[in-house]
Formats: sequence, structure tokens, C-alpha cells
Amino acid sequence: MIEILHYEFMRNALFAAVLVGIVCGIVGAFVVMKKIVFISGGISHAAFGGIGLGYLLNINPVLTAIPFSLLSALAIGILSKKTKISEDSAIGILWSVGMALGILFISLSPGYAPDLFGYLFGSILTVPISDIIIMLVLDIIIIVTVLLLYKELHALSFDEEFSMIVGVPTQTLYLILLCLVALSIIVLIRVVGIILVIALLTIPATIAKQFTSNLKKLIALSMITAVVLTVIGLWLSYVFDLPSGAAIVLLLALVFIISTGIRKFLIPKV
Amino acid sequence: MKKDTIVKLENVYFAYTNVSVLEDINITIKQNDFLGIIGPNGGGKTTILRIILGLLEPDKGKVYVFDTSAKKARQHIGYLPQHITFDFDFPISVSEVVLMGRLGKRGIGRKYTKTDISVCMAALEKVGMQQYRNNEIGKLSQGQRQRVFIARALSTEPKLLLLDEPVSSVDTQWQQTFYELLHDLNKEMTIVLVTHDISVVSTYIDKIACLNKRLYYHGSKKEGMHKISEMYEYPVQLITHAPAHNSVGDNDK
Repeated sequence: MIEILHYEFMRNALFAAVLVGIVCGIVGAFVVMKKIVFISGGISHAAFGGIGLGYLLNINPVLTAIPFSLLSALAIGILSKKTKISEDSAIGILWSVGMALGILFISLSPGYAPDLFGYLFGSILTVPISDIIIMLVLDIIIIVTVLLLYKELHALSFDEEFSMIVGVPTQTLYLILLCLVALSIIVLIRVVGIILVIALLTIPATIAKQFTSNLKKLIALSMITAVVLTVIGLWLSYVFDLPSGAAIVLLLALVFIISTGIRKFLIPKV
Repeated sequence: MKKDTIVKLENVYFAYTNVSVLEDINITIKQNDFLGIIGPNGGGKTTILRIILGLLEPDKGKVYVFDTSAKKARQHIGYLPQHITFDFDFPISVSEVVLMGRLGKRGIGRKYTKTDISVCMAALEKVGMQQYRNNEIGKLSQGQRQRVFIARALSTEPKLLLLDEPVSSVDTQWQQTFYELLHDLNKEMTIVLVTHDISVVSTYIDKIACLNKRLYYHGSKKEGMHKISEMYEYPVQLITHAPAHNSVGDNDK
């Protein structure tokens, strides 16, 4: 186990797993509590347009995906709050339009698209150091924002109307939350891919929610769950030569099933 | 607007996409009023509260709250909605819920102060829920939750308290205590209470507004009681409660 850390790609992968876990713990907790799982799914698929744009312009697709996913987060938020279009429909529109744009951009770019599969389904073993740096910066932005807005985000998730009455700018705050989701999706894209992102934003927080009813503990517990399971998933994918994204998601699902059983039959909430 | 006028609605009309809910509403609420808004289901009682809060914009007419727009006046209003839907396993404790009332007084990135905490504890004590402060809100009974939400409305230290069916799910024993509490609070703040419970009106409330799309009556309760029957379109039997301190049998012994 230790000797595989001599490889640079393995150290990068491990570092990526930790960065991913931190984001999943923090943002995943709010995604699950505020019930915006499918909005997050919509944003992540829409981000594919940004990946395609990266191929077309011949720059790092992770970079072009950032404005794309931020814009789609804002678009879903504004369409559903300011117009009569339901949130559901806004998600459906952004989801498919983003994917369609991505496919169009890739078909327009010269040559074939290397690593495309990696962006769709994740390949943690090929994360270059440049992407690790982007992930680190995004992690820091997310952590600082949540630290500043913690009590407001907690209140918003619990009772949006009351928060608004007491003077919290709830619409702006909601858009900020969606932007945090958009940024965390960028952090996750390299590891599990656009299609599987939603698993890491929901499963660790859902596992943690079964064992605690305190938000801070929930965030901590889902962070630990995400880091540990991503690292184990990574190791499994290395040893058995499995696609890393799929290995991590299936491991998460397995632990989710086991923890639900444990919760039901053995342990009370802390 | 006169100095002691807290809320003034002038010719207010409101419709939810073609379904008219309020028509030509004129109402004035003065400082330290204890106003009961009475009326049948669908009569627009909750809608009026939401207009005062600026959560709904009237289609026509003017709304003044504390001499300014409804949205700006919100910070002086404590509100108890009729229904609060949330996930029962939402990770939040009773004291965290009540602290929400202090959010507007603390800026972003600031922690709650000792004052905030003591105001919230006092509010919990008023509704008799202080021993549950560390409990998870979803694990409480419906009546207990309602008391916590009343404490949350009080923790904003409001000048105007809007209560939408506040006793719909609490037990009768606590109802009495609750109305006594409102009676005390009324010395410091204006209270507007939406209710179906006409018996309450006779004992505790000094002004009533009878609402069924239009305002049938607005004024002191004495002249207003027969208007209630007219509005409901059947005779309403008025149950007169004795004042609370007399009604507890044990005290008479």
C-alpha cells in the first residue's frame, strides 16, 4: 500500500480524494438538507457545455467548466424564482441544453477528444497537478463562504420564509448556495465525472444524517465518510483495475445500505 | 398617518390569479391594539397578514406599516405562520430555531451575542419550553413545536405580533396560559390574532375585524359580535369565558 505512494499520480489522486471529501461534507450537507439534489444534478450536467468549450478553445476544460456551471446555477435559480417556470422545468432545460452545447463544441473541435470519458465518468488516477491547484483554490473559496454564511445558510435551509421576514437576503443567499454547488461540482468532475457527481454530493451527507441531528457534526461526519470512502474506492480501483468513479460510487452505495441497517437495528443517534 | 397608527390598509384588493380573495379592505391598527381577525375558511385572513408582512403585494390599494413600506417594516414584526412545513429529521435544535429570530439583528459573518441568547432563553421560558432547548425540533409534539415557533416570533422583540391560528394544535390548558401571556405582551406591543375560535374573542380581545373577502366589521367587539353571525350566515352562539383567574376551580376553594 505504501509503495504506491511513490508514484506522483497516486499522491495526486490521494490529495484529490481529500479535497473532494471536504467539499462533499460541507456542500453535500446543504444539498441534502435544502433538498436541491436534482438542481445539483442539473448544474453538473450543464457544466458539460463548459467541458466541450475547453476542447474547442484548446484550454483546460476544468477552467472553462467553472463559468459554465456558475452561469447555469444562476440561471436555474433565477428562472425558478423570478419567472413562472417551475424549478423542475428549469432543471430539465438547463440540463439538456448544457449537454447539447458540450456535444456541439466537441464535434466542432479539431481531432478527437482525449480524456472525454474521464470528464464524464471520472478518472482520479489521471488528475494532473494543475487541476489539483484549481481544486484547492475552489475548496478554500467554498470553506470561507460557508464559514461566513453558516447561520444564514442553516436558517435558509430550515425556513426560507421566516429568514426573509427577519431580514436575511434569502434570494441572494439561495443563489450563493447554488454557486457553491456549482463550484463543488468542478472540484468533483475530475474524480467521479459529471454523470456521477451527484452521488458524492448526496450519499456521504445522507449516511451522516442518519447518525446525528446536529449540523456541525453532520458536516464533519459526512466529510470523514467522503474522504475515507473516496480513498478506499481509489485503492480498490487501482488494485482491481476498475474505473475510479464507478468504484467510488458503488462503494458509497454499499456503505449507505450497511449504515442504514446499522442505524435501524443497532445504534441510536448521537 | 397618525402617530399611534401602526398598520393602515387603504382600498386593498388582492386576487390569486383571478380568484378574488380581498376586496376593498380598509383597516387601521393602532398602537397596543389587540385585534382579532375572524372569518370563515378562505375568507382572506392569512392573506391580510401576508400583505402586512410584504410577502404579497396587493393588486390595488395602499399598505402602510410603521409609516413605511411593508418590506422595510418587517424587522419590527414577529410572525407565527399557520403551518410551517419542514423535514422532521432536519438537524436543528429548539434553541437554534428560536435564535433565527435574531438573524436580522446580526450581520453576515457575525456570531450571536450573549444578548441574543438571553432574549431567546427568555422567550422560551415565556412559552414554557426552556427545558427542551437542546432537543431536536422534529422530535417534539405538534403543540410543543407551535410553542417554540411562538418563542421564535417573540425573540425578534417585535413591536407588532402577527399570529395565525396560534392555538390550533396546543392543549386547552396551555391555551389559557397563552392568552394570559398575550394579555401581558399587549402592554408592550400590538397584537393581531387570526382565529376561528370565537370564544377567545369575547374574553381577551378588544377589537375585532370580521373578514370574508370584504371587511364586514372593524371596531370594538361589543357592537361587532352580531356582525359575526351575519358574516357566517348562521347564528353564532357566543360562549362567554370567565376571565382566566376565576375559571381555575382550585383557586376558588
